[in-house]
Amino acid sequence: MSELSHLARLEAESIHILREVYAEAERPVLLYSIGKDSSVLLHLALKAFYPARLPFPLLHVDTTWKFREMIAFRDQTAERLGLDLIVHVNTEGLALGLSPFGPGASTHTDVMKTQALRQALDLHRFDAAFGGARRDEEKSRAKERVVSIRSAQHRWDPKRQRPELWRLYNTRKAAGESLRVFPLSNWTELDVWQYILQEQIPIVPLYYARERPVVERDGALIMVDDERLPLRAGEQPQLRKVRFRTLGCYPLTGAIDSDADTLPAIIREMLAARTSERQGRVIDQDGIASMEKKKREGYF
Amino acid sequence: MAVESAPFGAAAPLAPAAPQQLLRFITCGSVDDGKSTLIGRLLYESRQVFDDQLAMLETDSKRDGTQGDELDFALLVDGLSAEREQGITIDVAYRFFATERRKFIVADTPGHEQYTRNMVTGASTAELAIILIDARKGVLTQTRRHSYLVSLLGIRRIVLAINKMDLVDYSRETFQRIERAYVDFAAQIGLADVVAIPVSALRGDNIIEPAVTMPWYRGPTLMAHLERVPLDEPLKARPFRMPVQWVNRPNPEFRGFAGLIVGGGVCVGDSIRVLPAGLATRVARIVTPQGDRTEALAGQSVTLTLEDEIDISRGDLLVAADSPAGVAERFEATIVWMSGEPMLSGRPYLFKCGTRTVTADIERVEYKINVNTLERHPAQRLELNEIGLATVRLDQPLAFDPYLENRDTGGFILIDRFSNNTVGAGMLQGALPTGSSLHWQSLDVDKARRAAQKNQQACVLWLTGLSGAGKSTIANLVEKKLVGLGRHTYLLDGDNVRHGLSRDLGFDEAGRVENVRRVVEVTRLMIDAGLIVLVSLISPYRADRSRARSLLADGEFIEVFIDTALADAERRDPKGLYRRARKGELRHFTGIDSPYEAPESPEIRIDTARTSAEQAAEQIVSYLRNAGIIGRDWAFIP
Repeated sequence: MSELSHLARLEAESIHILREVYAEAERPVLLYSIGKDSSVLLHLALKAFYPARLPFPLLHVDTTWKFREMIAFRDQTAERLGLDLIVHVNTEGLALGLSPFGPGASTHTDVMKTQALRQALDLHRFDAAFGGARRDEEKSRAKERVVSIRSAQHRWDPKRQRPELWRLYNTRKAAGESLRVFPLSNWTELDVWQYILQEQIPIVPLYYARERPVVERDGALIMVDDERLPLRAGEQPQLRKVRFRTLGCYPLTGAIDSDADTLPAIIREMLAARTSERQGRVIDQDGIASMEKKKREGYF
Repeated sequence: MAVESAPFGAAAPLAPAAPQQLLRFITCGSVDDGKSTLIGRLLYESRQVFDDQLAMLETDSKRDGTQGDELDFALLVDGLSAEREQGITIDVAYRFFATERRKFIVADTPGHEQYTRNMVTGASTAELAIILIDARKGVLTQTRRHSYLVSLLGIRRIVLAINKMDLVDYSRETFQRIERAYVDFAAQIGLADVVAIPVSALRGDNIIEPAVTMPWYRGPTLMAHLERVPLDEPLKARPFRMPVQWVNRPNPEFRGFAGLIVGGGVCVGDSIRVLPAGLATRVARIVTPQGDRTEALAGQSVTLTLEDEIDISRGDLLVAADSPAGVAERFEATIVWMSGEPMLSGRPYLFKCGTRTVTADIERVEYKINVNTLERHPAQRLELNEIGLATVRLDQPLAFDPYLENRDTGGFILIDRFSNNTVGAGMLQGALPTGSSLHWQSLDVDKARRAAQKNQQACVLWLTGLSGAGKSTIANLVEKKLVGLGRHTYLLDGDNVRHGLSRDLGFDEAGRVENVRRVVEVTRLMIDAGLIVLVSLISPYRADRSRARSLLADGEFIEVFIDTALADAERRDPKGLYRRARKGELRHFTGIDSPYEAPESPEIRIDTARTSAEQAAEQIVSYLRNAGIIGRDWAFIP
């Protein structure tokens, strides 16, 4: 009997967390963002409850500005695996006509993502939401608990977060309070890719390099995913071989020039990479501790 | 700042020849030992810092840094904005880096005094500890404290990183002197495996590359040691243990038990037992989405099916039949208290061990430990960040192993039932007698039947108040009235119980708490006998009275506050006790040098300045009538 590999130990830990919270919560839900971390989380959840089918639904908060390939992948995945998928759009926010372009981008994210998530959790009375966040993503996440308690208003209060010892998670909460649960807390970006390779987990094709129409804007490569992207003077979409390290709303997600069109090539490229995955997220680049601020407001 | 030197990370294998292992460790040091700098350096050197983060670090270093024009690696790891402003680290942060051989998870915990709870949290999942020492200062009180906490949590491997060697001219003598002092101390607390390494986190000496500045040092660099140190004795060498998390029943034909194996391994056909019930069966299948397996190991999450249909649910522990865990209800446990509200003996908490959650009573605190001197002190309670040994009694049996044999079946958390916060963490040392051999005999005649026979409802009138307030006088009058009304009563008088039941107890806080506990237990028996009990007892602590209330059924505890001003009681002084207390002849006298906590909402309040004893007795009897405890018309029956 050989020593378990680090991926085997990470997998076992995540499955343990998923089962533990499912056993103790009343109405759990898996927040499905369609990205690679969500794909891994979904894969682990399917394993955790096998041979039973996934005993809770998936929730996707759709800002209506996701890449078309993401939406297609989402629907195919739900269909292929027979999943119970809830898609939530903040229709009130939609009526405000907010746009992810220009100075209003962060308001758009707040209304269509943060507030929409709260709406959906309240609407379905979910009391525990699994998410794919990792502690290595950002400095302020390094201290996030695996099980994080949120007030009835979905606020995160650093003082109320509980110490987590051994493998013991405290999932108790008062009426109206809810839990955010991060089974991938101890995974790194590299672990996620190695696991996708090992388990042959399907991911959105946008992660693979391909010729795509992009414009260069404020130092980022923005893909012209549909006709809603207003071109600025002088901007001419050009075909470049690019891929994405993270996925979000297409006008807010920068692509990178790349030839990596297979999983091994992606991992090789990652190992040589000199920038963090968050750099591709336009929304993150405003101010120190912006994540911490967003988290207090209820951003996942 | 050059970034070329990146011997690790870049070469991390795509599909490694041998699988990478995982090592979790904790770093302990105080604010000034350079801990954040060391971790920042490890991340940087193992190439976990990307260009955009480096760019931010350069900006931050210029603005907030403490290293002049150099990069301040500490800023890489100080996360929340509050601590950036304060320049200290609060809470536990987890960091990640990897080399070709291993992936590392670092629990980064602050070192200052009030944060014992953070260190204990970080150490609970660590297999190794790096203890940082400032070479200029040597072994300090905090070094001893960190080492003790690390040993308490069961970590056996220590790396003594003697830092800031650049500030002591890379002196071999200094290094050896500190190493000797530490090894001597560590042996006393059972830490035998100590590897000392001289480093400068700031300069990068002996972190990755051997330091040219210290040619006299022949041992491994810090990174080389972390990569090669043998991992803790694998859990798989211990007997099989699996706490059942969830019963998987997708259809009537399938019944699987899901859980993480926390000890040993299991093969199809193995004999196992289900604890605490003790039923025996065999493993039928080990089910995975990739098909059945024949064996599974500690550290894996699995789903098992068993040969026999026995009742198993979440919270049960599956164990090797030939090496089962113990089962008990009463334990000796080391507890680390993590809440601002103190831990009190006699108070119930939720207790979670493995997947089992039960109610626990802290029966008594044996002592608390001064983590700086390791001295034991008698104690009745534990305050925030205090550590002590306590007797814990559960309301249900628990299958367990002593903590040092298995962290998962011997470690527990305590949860406050009202705030839902995790307020304490503990390590089971061993079982204590009673519990499993004691059974509650159920009887056919019960309290209601016995009370009905006496045409009354059983209850207690609990008279509390200062010495000399008139409790005994009033209680005596009430009992006479009740007996005259044909009721069945008993009066437990505070002075009288001190002659027999509580003769061995003193008048200090602990003695009083125990005295009240005994009176409460006797009262329960008498209520069970169907009697109306009168208790006349100073009972100065609110917590004791509310505990008495919580042990009785609704409506059975009637608190009667005999409310007298201290000056009035002292003027009356029927037994001459206040005079003696004032002269210093009596210690711990309530109202003089020991507090009286008045009831907040008693059922009955008697203001002795305006009410005579006779009127008070009548007021109490009317209360019993109105509450339906005694029938209204009984007095007129001949």
